[in-house]
Amino acid sequence: MTRSNEEPSGELSILGYPILAWLIFFVAAPLILVVILSFLSRGEYGGIEWHLTFDNYRRVFQPIYLNIFGRSLELSTVTALLCLLIAYPVAWAMASANPKVRTFYVIALAIPFMTNLIIRVYAIKIFVGMDGPLQWFLHFLHIPFDPYALTQNTVLVFYGMVTSYLPFMVFPLYAALEKFDFLLVEAAQDLGASNFKILFGVIVPNTRVAALNSFTLVFIPCLGEFVIPDLLGGAKSMLAGNLITEQFLKVRDWPFGAALSVILIILLLGAPLVLRKIFLGSIHGVAA
Amino acid sequence: MLRVVNISKNFGNQTNALKSVSLNVNSGEFFSLLGPSGCGKTTLLRIIAGFETASTGELYWNDQRVDVIRPQSRPFNMVFQRYALFPHLTVFENVAFGLRVKRVDTRSMKDRVENALNLVGLWSQRDRLPETLSGGQAQRIALARAIVNEPKILLLDEPLSALDQKMREYMQTELRELQQRLGITFIFVTHDQEEALALSDRIGVMNDGNLEQVATPEELYERPNTHFVAHFVGSMGSIRGSAVDHQSLQLPNGQVIRGNLGRVEPGLTAEAFIRPEKVRLSKIVVGATKLSGDGLRFDRGEGVNKVRGKVLNMAFKGLHYELHLGIGPDQRLRALVPPEKMKFGISIGESVTAQFSPTDTFIFNCPSGMA
Amino acid sequence: MKARPRAPFWAFGILFGVLFVLYLPVIVMVVSSVLTRTDHWVLTLQWYRLVVHDRELIDALIRSLEVGFASSFISTLVGGFAAIALVKSKFRFVKPVEALSFLSLVVPELVFALSLLSWFFVLRVQLSLITVILAHITFSLCFVLMTVNGRLAALDMTIEDAARDLGATEWRILRTVTLPLIMTSMLAGFLLAFLLSFDDFLITFFTCGVGSDTLPIRLYAAMKSGLTPQLSALATLMLAFTVALIFLLKRARGLKIFGQM
Repeated sequence: MTRSNEEPSGELSILGYPILAWLIFFVAAPLILVVILSFLSRGEYGGIEWHLTFDNYRRVFQPIYLNIFGRSLELSTVTALLCLLIAYPVAWAMASANPKVRTFYVIALAIPFMTNLIIRVYAIKIFVGMDGPLQWFLHFLHIPFDPYALTQNTVLVFYGMVTSYLPFMVFPLYAALEKFDFLLVEAAQDLGASNFKILFGVIVPNTRVAALNSFTLVFIPCLGEFVIPDLLGGAKSMLAGNLITEQFLKVRDWPFGAALSVILIILLLGAPLVLRKIFLGSIHGVAA
Repeated sequence: MLRVVNISKNFGNQTNALKSVSLNVNSGEFFSLLGPSGCGKTTLLRIIAGFETASTGELYWNDQRVDVIRPQSRPFNMVFQRYALFPHLTVFENVAFGLRVKRVDTRSMKDRVENALNLVGLWSQRDRLPETLSGGQAQRIALARAIVNEPKILLLDEPLSALDQKMREYMQTELRELQQRLGITFIFVTHDQEEALALSDRIGVMNDGNLEQVATPEELYERPNTHFVAHFVGSMGSIRGSAVDHQSLQLPNGQVIRGNLGRVEPGLTAEAFIRPEKVRLSKIVVGATKLSGDGLRFDRGEGVNKVRGKVLNMAFKGLHYELHLGIGPDQRLRALVPPEKMKFGISIGESVTAQFSPTDTFIFNCPSGMA
Repeated sequence: MKARPRAPFWAFGILFGVLFVLYLPVIVMVVSSVLTRTDHWVLTLQWYRLVVHDRELIDALIRSLEVGFASSFISTLVGGFAAIALVKSKFRFVKPVEALSFLSLVVPELVFALSLLSWFFVLRVQLSLITVILAHITFSLCFVLMTVNGRLAALDMTIEDAARDLGATEWRILRTVTLPLIMTSMLAGFLLAFLLSFDDFLITFFTCGVGSDTLPIRLYAAMKSGLTPQLSALATLMLAFTVALIFLLKRARGLKIFGQM
């Protein structure tokens, strides 16, 4: 038997249709298009020709491109690991502070996080650039250096990546630690555990899901990062993001760029699964 | 009169939140639905209000079918457990909300709001926001907001449970008086048996989606109909054994206890519930079962139940002492003894005899899964 | 609440270290924007004067603000009302909406940007400020949705039952009860969307046409050709604007998505 008042607030559901339409038209459709694009071929003047081919994917597996993907994976993994290593103590310190100070820390970390990436990169360039404090300091100490190598190198890329993505790691961990039962820490202290033991024996096992999620949250955007390596890494450190951007904006080989993007997405979808296996699997074994 | 006919409710995969409940509530009656959390009492109330739809069954108000009407249009109003006052509206606007919806003209709306707020004694607080009110005040505003609409039935969902003990007792009196003054039917959901006994004209005891017994407070207390009601209402002590015939059970030590309702299935586990204030105690003197001459009155009649036990615990509760007697392993009997009768001095660890009449003893088979 | 056991001092050391490293370049940038070298370093506002008098920069700023206002206004409307449908009604497509907005969050910004670029190309839409606005709405929708959702989920549902009980229709409840109660979170959603739009580089970079570049694009292009104190002044101004928005957002309790405060 159906009754007219079965769904008392069913009428409000029309408010949901605009977003559904929008997301289908501007998220789903464009992504599907990229997949289709990756099976097409490049036209004479950078256009698209509508005939099917697997050539783009075959090209992806050439050593130069595989190398670039390999380096991107490496960079992302190292960045995410560094972030994790730094974020745990940071989140722990934040969560254990008193509530007023806690708010201060959250804002202090949110400000650079929400500031334009270009501005942050710009600030870094000022810092290491000509007339910048770092070069001045090295001069002062009479340490010889190459001023050009100093402004574009891998260390800077790591620095830029870690400082940009650290909040992605800190905030979820902080949120998890907010809900964490600190009596466990007291109990561990009472039983004589050292602070390292508390961190790795009590806090980490109890927040490992948040850790895994935030690891993924850092790993994914790192893999597609384009601005930081472009501005801080120089020509030598071509990464997946730069390669794809180049295909779209300079070389104008969209089908190949699309194929590279699809591979990137596959890596992104696959990585969390692999991570989950390694990460939750191993820690689970220890905790259980 | 409100008629609940064979109402049942299934929530998704959890079936039988209500199992075919039927019930009549008379006009002008203070009716309570009593039961532990999860028994289905709030679900039933929300079905009456219209916030939930029954899976099967019907609901009638004076022969008009109401379960097909939207909650907005039912002549009932509800007082919510945590008040549910609109936090962005003043006290006045909260109470006026229902009248504004019904487009009552401004003049009579103001009069009615003033009346309702005067009724709960809070007209002076009309411009305040809910967050500045105390729990008791908020509860009374919630009451005023409901009764200003002159509902045929007022539904109250554990309205006093968020208040502290003192305020709760005060509000119980207020509620009862308000109900008598207005003459509106109240359906009151509570898990507090004392509250239900004190306030209601009639009580429906619910357990696990079933309506176990509907009766006046006195009947419920004097003559519980089911194992659950005996267990839940009146905090009786109990002893278990196995049923030997339709009205007696045998303890593991061989003693037989008789009850007043001949409904027990012989051979199965049974539990005897005994009103603690009806239990009389006497000391056991070694060598002879001499009764201590302390002025206690004993029925020497054949039918009196007698069990021996050891005093395990003793607590002074103001009006009386509460004693726990160990009868056997995991078997405890409660007894309430007035202070003047404690003069003969029972102490913890002593062996005593407990006597109680079969008319104060209720024996039921234990529900399966409990034995 | 009982005080929690303090983290060890080295954890605090790392926290302060991180804050130091995060802020040091920014501070250097701000300082460099008010200094000029003649014989020695002198305080000056000349770089700011240059920025203010740069017609092209001001045009870019105006475009940034236009994009910010238009996109956050629309995404607040669409996203905010969608949150109501998702939480309050039996909307049939909750799962698809959740999945797609999650997708828009996890797909790398770069892929997101180039997919929109290709989409506009296939649809033969000329890249312009309009395409930038469409792109910005798309990526900020999910954030508005999350912000308003959080508030709605925390709302006591019985308040709406109470309004229903008093005879109000669904639309009246929405207007007189729900909307007033989620207004601050709608505002927070708007500010967050504005902030994201104002700061966005990559997606704008892919979807803007000739002459429709925003401030961050300008800054990027200028940076490619070298650093000047004028750029520091511009970056400092943008930073100040962002920080101001963040504090507004905090007032509107929009920072909750970062954790309990």
